[in-house]
Amino acid sequence: MMENIQATLNERASVTPNRTIKMKTEKVTVHYGQKQALNGIDLEVYERQVTALIGPSGCGKSTYLRCLNRMNDTIDAAKVAGTILLDGENIYDPDLDVVELRARVGMVFQKPNPFPKSIWENVAYGPKIHGLAKTKDELEEIVHTSLKKAGLYNEVKDRLDEPGTGLSGGQQQRLCIARAIAVSPEVILMDEPCSALDPIATATVEELIDELKQNYTIVIVTHSMQQAARVSQQTAMFHLGDLAEVGDTEMMFSNPSDKRTQDYIMGRFG
Amino acid sequence: MTDTTATGAEGRTHSSTNRRDIGIKKRYAAERRFKAYGIFAIVLGVTFLCILLWSVVSKGYTAFFQTEIQVPITFSEEILGTPQDAAENETKLLMANYPQLARDGLIRLLGIDPEDRQAVTAANGLISQGVRTELRDIVMSDLSAIGTTQEVWLYASSQLDSALKGQYDLNVPENRRPISDLQLRYIEELEAKGAIAQNFNWGLFTSGASSRAETAGVGVAIIGSAYMMLIVLALALPIGVAASIYLEEFAPKNRFTDLIEVNINNLAAVPSIVFGILGLAVFINWFGLPRSAALVGGLVLTLMTLPTIIIATRAALRAVPPSIRWAALGLGASRTQTVFQHVLPLAAPGILTGTIIGLAQALGETAPLLLIGMVAFVADYPDTPLDPATALPVQIYMWANEAERAFQERTSGAIMILLGFLALMNLTAIFLRRRFERRW
Ligand SMILES: Nc1ncnc2c1ncn2[C@@H]1O[C@H](COP(=O)(O)OP(=O)(O)O)[C@@H](O)[C@H]1O
Ligand SMILES: [Mg+2]
Repeated sequence: MMENIQATLNERASVTPNRTIKMKTEKVTVHYGQKQALNGIDLEVYERQVTALIGPSGCGKSTYLRCLNRMNDTIDAAKVAGTILLDGENIYDPDLDVVELRARVGMVFQKPNPFPKSIWENVAYGPKIHGLAKTKDELEEIVHTSLKKAGLYNEVKDRLDEPGTGLSGGQQQRLCIARAIAVSPEVILMDEPCSALDPIATATVEELIDELKQNYTIVIVTHSMQQAARVSQQTAMFHLGDLAEVGDTEMMFSNPSDKRTQDYIMGRFG
Repeated sequence: MTDTTATGAEGRTHSSTNRRDIGIKKRYAAERRFKAYGIFAIVLGVTFLCILLWSVVSKGYTAFFQTEIQVPITFSEEILGTPQDAAENETKLLMANYPQLARDGLIRLLGIDPEDRQAVTAANGLISQGVRTELRDIVMSDLSAIGTTQEVWLYASSQLDSALKGQYDLNVPENRRPISDLQLRYIEELEAKGAIAQNFNWGLFTSGASSRAETAGVGVAIIGSAYMMLIVLALALPIGVAASIYLEEFAPKNRFTDLIEVNINNLAAVPSIVFGILGLAVFINWFGLPRSAALVGGLVLTLMTLPTIIIATRAALRAVPPSIRWAALGLGASRTQTVFQHVLPLAAPGILTGTIIGLAQALGETAPLLLIGMVAFVADYPDTPLDPATALPVQIYMWANEAERAFQERTSGAIMILLGFLALMNLTAIFLRRRFERRW
């Protein structure tokens, strides 16, 4: 296992650290009713980099991810406290509407969830509700570029009016990425985007993530350490609601300082 | 041979001691027993359904045919007055003695001496008293008919109708049956002339209430029921869907909403007659709405149907996968946009099915309508939902209380019409569900 990850890391050209902070959380705690799911998370997410969140299941990775675009608001029981900043601005600031926030911080879910509508409508829906296109041509332009950026265009260009739910799992997930890209977000949150996909579809999506980081800041939850090693520049290890360790991916996998991270990477739990 | 068997048996004993005793035989027996119970239950159910349908259809199908007699009618000026008179004074024409026209025509057809009182009475008993309206309509629509003689198909009396349909035992002594020997002879004569026929009974669908079976129909009841269904649809669907969306998608989950939920479920189980009492107290006594009106009936049925629609709609909303909501919310759609643009379209088939089933229940409801006075004798079509009307099941109830044979067949006939409407609504529900579910 270790050698495997090491090999991946060595293969990759070392990344020049880009240190612009895109999002930052300070002492973020989340309660579900009485139960505390996150115990004060301090984390910085860097612009145009991929940050991977790893850790055993139930440790609060998804909960943390949902804090970043206020999706926890939609869960009645969830109570979020602490500070969450996007470009230095508090995302709970009354000036920043949650609609605008979610346009700037998009989300891709674990299970591909295209709308049961046509491929075209799936991608066009976001731009439509945010009024991003003034004419039909502009909308078409957005749909096409989004599909191209998601690497799906060539596969679906002849059947844009067919239902999105008719695509294969991997294509559906890329359609969901295209749908998120269509509203020109700055940050894309991905919650185990490959866990429902086969290895080949996973490889395609990973390549896509690697390309997307040129333009977008990405936070990805993954249960696969190889995946974290392959796609991310920064890794954060969660454990029972705590942030056990955070650092450069390369460092984390070659020389983890936290005992829990060591155990997890060695496959002793999780 | 014997040896092999012995070894075989031994071997089996040996291996079965090794195997765990999990009671395979018992399990299979239990399974067979359960299957048998199930099949028995289904056979029982289907048998009773068949008996029910057979008894209704066998009694009721004759109601769709009505005996008519073809009689040459002379629209004589003596009785009706001249067309000039009629144009000046309509009342005379309205009040004219039309039954006499029919009687004269019939005795001429049968060659009866007009002075023979007994024979004339017997002949007159063969035609319906409903000829008054039938002949009046002919004259009123075309004054030039006055003075001419026309062949007209007249409704036969219900006694003649029932006799021809074999509903009377004609072997009993004459004084113990509603049709006399003389009348039977006339019937034979008419049959020989080909002047008697069983035609399709359109009147059953178009006429209103009547004390004479042959001119009674469910027309007014159908209109009344249709008005009520429209009112229920127009009120219960939007109110029910709005309430469900609020409870399911917007309301916080707390004690108060739990209480509302429990109450809605209880409301669905409240006996319908209670809604009738409520309607009487609130809509009629308090709001002062008219009795017997389809509007009040519709309002009462709306109250009854609401819980059904709410329960069905909430189930349909809950069946929409939450991932669809996340997808929309994650793109920055508001809750309202999420609900109306994504959740509701997916829940629509379930909502429609629930609504149609609720409507079907309301269509067959009788008890609350009795309480608000819809059990009235209404001969004229209601122009608005505020006019007196009846409903299909109430019409059935009223006819079932009549003693005449002809009303009995009509009772079953009306049940068939009601069942037909219910089947149609359920088919629509199934069709809509199939149709929309394909989009998933
Ligand atoms: N909607 C919810 N309601 C109540 N508890 C929740 C909810 N979502 C998650 N939790 C709890 O919060 C903890 C963290 O969950 P989650 O963030 O989904 O973990 P992960 O994604 O790392 O597997 C778990 O103990 C889980 O049971
Ligand atoms: Mg998770």
